[in-house]
Amino acid sequence: MHGLINTAIQSFTRDTYGDDTWAQVMHHADLGFGSFEAMLTYEDQQTLDVLASLETVLRRPREEVLEDIGTYLVSNPKVEALRRLLRFGGVNFIEFLHSLDDLPGRARLAVSDLDLPTMELSERSPEYFALTLETSMAGFGHVMLGLLRAMADDYGALVMLDYSAAGQGRERIEIRLLESDFTEGKSFHLGAKVG
Amino acid sequence: MIIGKEEFLKTAGAAMDVLCPMHIFVSATGHIRHMGPTLKKMRGGDALIGQRFFEVFDVSRPRVEASMAGLTGLMGRKLHLRFRDAPCTDLKGVMVPRMDEAGVLINLSFGISILDALADYSLTSRDFAVTDPTIEMLYLIEAKSAAMEASRTLNQRLQGAMIAAEEQAFTDTLTGLKNRRAMDHILGRLLEGGKSFALMHLDLDFFKAVNDTMGHAAGDTVLQKVAKIMVEETRDMDTVARVGGDEFVLIFNRLTDRKKLEEIARRMIARLEEPVPYNGQMCRISGSIGTVLSTDYDAPDAVRLLSDADIALYASKHKGRACHTFYSDDLLGDDRNLAPPVGREAG
Repeated sequence: MHGLINTAIQSFTRDTYGDDTWAQVMHHADLGFGSFEAMLTYEDQQTLDVLASLETVLRRPREEVLEDIGTYLVSNPKVEALRRLLRFGGVNFIEFLHSLDDLPGRARLAVSDLDLPTMELSERSPEYFALTLETSMAGFGHVMLGLLRAMADDYGALVMLDYSAAGQGRERIEIRLLESDFTEGKSFHLGAKVG
Repeated sequence: MIIGKEEFLKTAGAAMDVLCPMHIFVSATGHIRHMGPTLKKMRGGDALIGQRFFEVFDVSRPRVEASMAGLTGLMGRKLHLRFRDAPCTDLKGVMVPRMDEAGVLINLSFGISILDALADYSLTSRDFAVTDPTIEMLYLIEAKSAAMEASRTLNQRLQGAMIAAEEQAFTDTLTGLKNRRAMDHILGRLLEGGKSFALMHLDLDFFKAVNDTMGHAAGDTVLQKVAKIMVEETRDMDTVARVGGDEFVLIFNRLTDRKKLEEIARRMIARLEEPVPYNGQMCRISGSIGTVLSTDYDAPDAVRLLSDADIALYASKHKGRACHTFYSDDLLGDDRNLAPPVGREAG
C-alpha cells in the first residue's frame, strides 16, 4: 500500500489519540519499524496489520475507525492540503460528487503510483445519488463515508449517507442531499496556497 | 428561424461569454464594445466599455503603433499585453476578424500570471471556461507542492539519520573521542593536503592492572577521565582518537615545535598520573608517548608515520614508562625498540 495511505492512518492516530497510542499500535503490529514514510511503498499486509492492531489498541470496531480516518482527512487543519485538493472538484457539493469519478485519475496525476479504488457515481434523482466503489482495499468505503460527511460539512450541505456492502469487493454509499446551502460552509480560494 | 441583427449579436455574445469568458469585441474605430464576464469581474463591470482599446491595454509584444491599423496587422499572432492601470496583470491573447461586422475579436488568457491574478481578483473556477484546463493545472500545482513537501520531509529525515550514523561510525562511544576509522580519515586528509602536523601515539601504563583488580567499570571510568584530560590538553583543531583498548593517537594540526610538544606530552603524563577515585579506591595509571613530526619526512605516509610513532613509543616504554620520546632514526639502532616491549599488553 502506498505510504500516503499508511501515513494517513498514522497522522490520524497521532493527532487524535497521541504519540503513545501510535507507538503502542506499531508495537502491537510488530512490523519492525515505528513509523511510515509518505513517499515509500509498503506491503498491503503491513497496512492490514496496522488496522487490526489499531482496532485492538483502541478497542473500537474497524468500520468506525475507518470512518473517523475519512473525517479526519478533510477536517483536521494539519492535512489542509488534501481538503483543498478535494475542493478543486467543484464549486458545490453536487459538482464535487460528480468529480469523484475522476478522483483516482486526479490522484495519479499528483502521485503516479498512488492507486485509489475505482468510483462510480450514479444520479438517481437530483437529490439522490449512489457512489459505488470497486476496491481490493476492503473497508475503503467506510473511509469514503467519513470523507463525504466531512466534505458535505465543508461545502455547507446537509446530507444523509448510507453505507452498504455490495458484494464482490464492491461497496456502496447512498447519498441524499437534503439541502445544498444548509450552512455557509468553509471558504475556499483557488490561490490560497500558491503564489 | 430568421432573427434580427440585434438579436443575433446578443445570442452570439452570450455564446462567446460561455466559451471565452475573457474575450473582447473591439469596433472598427478601436473602441471596446463588449467584454466577457471574467474580464468584467476583473475591471469592475462595464467600466471599460466604450473606452479605446489602446487606452486600456498596452501591447508589449509585438510592438505596434497604437492604432486600429497597427492592431489589425497582428491578426492571428500571439499577443503579449497588459492593463495600463493596476493591477497590470500580464495577459496573452490572439485576435481574429469579426464575422458579423467590422472590428476584431480578441481572446485573452492569463498564461503564467495566473497565480498573481488569483490573488488580485479572487477568481473562482466559475470564472474559467469549462473546457479551460487552468483549474486542473492549479490542482496539479498544489498536488505537486504537497507531494514535494512530503519528499522533502523524507529527505530531511534521511539526511539527519545519515549524519547521526556517520557521527556514530567515527566516534568511540565510551569516551566520545574519535575512533580509529576517523583518525585514518583525518590523517589521510592532512597528508593529501601536504599539511604539517605532529602525531603522538599514547599508550596507558598499568591500565590492565586497574581493569583486572578493580573491574571493567573502574577501567571505563579511567578511560573517560583520560579522554577528558587529552581533550583539555589539545586544541579544537587537533584530533584525539582512541585506536585500541588503552591506546590513543593525537594529531596536532600545524604544530611541529618540539619544545611545545614535549611540554604538552609531559603535562599530559603528569595529569594521567593523578589518581582517579573509584568506589572509595584510587586507580593509578600513567602513560607513555611516542611522537613523529610530518616535517621530518620528504614524503610522509600514514603507515610509516604510525609505525615510527610506535617505535618512539616502545623506546619510551623501555626507558621505564611515563616517558615521551620523539622518533629519530637513531632509535632503530636498538633492537628492543623494533617490537613491543614484553608485557606491553599487560601495560
